[in-house]
Amino acid sequence: MNIFVYDKTFDGLLTAVFDAYSRKTFPDIFLEEGDSFPLFYDEVYTVYTDTDKAERVWKGLEKKISKVSLSCLAASWLSELPKIDILIFRYIRKAIDAPYSIELNFGDPDVLELSHVWKKVNREQHHIIQFLRFQKAADGTFFAAIEPLYNVLSLIVPHCKDRFSDQKWVIYDLKRQYGYYYDLVNVSEFQFQNKEAHHISGLLSENQMHPDEKLFQKLWKEYFNAINIKERNNPKLHRQNLPVRYWKYLTEKQK
Amino acid sequence: MNDKVLEKLKILAESAKYDVSCASSGTSRSKIKGGIGNTSGWGICHSFTEDGRCISLLKIMLTNYCIYDCAYCINRRSNDLKRATLSVSEIVELTIEFYRRNYIEGLFLSSGVVNNPDYTMERLVRVVKELRLTYHYNGYIHLKSIPGASRELVNEAGLYADRLSVNIEIPNEESLKTLAPEKNFKSIFSPMRVIQQGILQNIEEKKKYRHAPRFVPAGQSTQMIIGATPDTDKDILQISSALYRRLTMKRVYYSGYIHVNDYDNRLPVLKQPPLLRENRLYQADWLLRFYKFSVNEIVDDAYPNLDLEIDPKLAWALRHPEVFPVDVNRAEYELLLRVPGIGVKSAKIILVSRRYSRLGSAQLKKIGVVMKKARYFITCNELPMQTINELRPENVRALLINKPKIKDSRQLTLSFEDHIP
Repeated sequence: MNIFVYDKTFDGLLTAVFDAYSRKTFPDIFLEEGDSFPLFYDEVYTVYTDTDKAERVWKGLEKKISKVSLSCLAASWLSELPKIDILIFRYIRKAIDAPYSIELNFGDPDVLELSHVWKKVNREQHHIIQFLRFQKAADGTFFAAIEPLYNVLSLIVPHCKDRFSDQKWVIYDLKRQYGYYYDLVNVSEFQFQNKEAHHISGLLSENQMHPDEKLFQKLWKEYFNAINIKERNNPKLHRQNLPVRYWKYLTEKQK
Repeated sequence: MNDKVLEKLKILAESAKYDVSCASSGTSRSKIKGGIGNTSGWGICHSFTEDGRCISLLKIMLTNYCIYDCAYCINRRSNDLKRATLSVSEIVELTIEFYRRNYIEGLFLSSGVVNNPDYTMERLVRVVKELRLTYHYNGYIHLKSIPGASRELVNEAGLYADRLSVNIEIPNEESLKTLAPEKNFKSIFSPMRVIQQGILQNIEEKKKYRHAPRFVPAGQSTQMIIGATPDTDKDILQISSALYRRLTMKRVYYSGYIHVNDYDNRLPVLKQPPLLRENRLYQADWLLRFYKFSVNEIVDDAYPNLDLEIDPKLAWALRHPEVFPVDVNRAEYELLLRVPGIGVKSAKIILVSRRYSRLGSAQLKKIGVVMKKARYFITCNELPMQTINELRPENVRALLINKPKIKDSRQLTLSFEDHIP
């Protein structure tokens, strides 16, 4: 068994592809520096991330598979699943070795698996777009906090920028502790330095809110209850469509 | 904005909730400079109520006063319920503020008819005009077209709304006359025709002038109430199919009748809304729109109602065993779609994947084919299994109907009820 040790970055993974082809040895598992090694193995190779090499691999891939598949590949990386690195590696290797494009060969287990991972990430991205809730802060900035299952915040920024182009907003990933701030012109990534209550709970306290905010939250909750048809109540379907893990930050589910 | 609005919002949302349409799809529009909002094309549901239906749009009525007395409607004039009217500025502010907080995808505005149709329609148009022109709101707007409103007003509404809709409600003119004496089919279908003509005309204009204003870009939709009248599924689906033949009709919604006016003896007494029948009708609707079925294949004189035990596609397959088994590795797309257990997505994946290698049942399962159903109707790379032709349709049907769980006879059960001293 061959082990490649790398720094858990996407560029690092692409560098690993480059090195594997130049060394003609291919990894069976990827590990990070400091991970415990399996009991038996043949060889350990440490990858030193090199953006030039990563770029060459990416350029090479552009000749092999379509742009859509490339963006799916990059999105799958954001899933942060434990074995995603070796899966992407095998996919890239198949894409490079095959004389024709493999991207539509869903009979192949790796291609199918990667498409499933992409589907998961895509679904999570859509869920965040659905269930993000802004609260208007006293200074007029709209604040939203959420804990996405996968690291998809960067994928929803274009949508928010287009939709809420005339309001300042902050979206914050409480799980990974970073967020984006839009100042009516640009979107920039940032981190909260000092932890305040709303950086943990994700909800503004009443004195941080805009004077109108409380009323609109109340209106929305009232609407949410009024639009329900009691004769048709279906709690199972409700939870299926609106998974419980999002309730924490949903305005209509607050007391 | 104050607590009075809260009360009105509650009343008017409750009045609007029986209209099931909620789609926000059909238009893709990017931001405008200095404006708020866009539309995403595929539609976004922002929340779900406890009955499991999506909340995509702020579905609300301008007023629930109404001059009509339709038996099936909660807002009929003879009902004694709280009435309210929202002002134009209140609706506009609610929409904008909800939109900014990502609560909603847009506005779905309807209204009871006050004074006369034109007066009501004009007020609806005023709301959307205010939103679009004064507030530069660029999100989704779905507007009800009031039956009987003038052509000019409908045409004006179409310039600002993404979708216009007129509800049929009752799928049969005779029944409509008994339940809603003030309405007839003409008053429903003629505004539909006006919208249709407007859209078609707009398509022609677009060909000549690229910047011609868009007219109802997301098309129109309608709704039928299920179970309030003795009409069969055949009547309902034939209307749907005829409507879908016009290209501008995007969706027909089916709304299981909820017994809102229980004193009216023209209506049947239902303990529960016919949810299963509603579900089957939606399945049939999907067959019409995405699976290239014609309405006569789903329901005909011999089978005027859909089978409640099995879905309409499976029902068709069981009636037509001669078509099966289908060879997954060779059959064309239309035939793949006919197989129970293969949907549009899996059919497309099969189509592209089988160019690389023949597909086996394990792969099909992973692709997303429901093998529990499909196994009786296909052959793939493996040795043929027992298909519908060997097993006979009635046995396949028995195998596929979910039976209640039979208690395991080997399991010891203790009964405590007899032990009362």
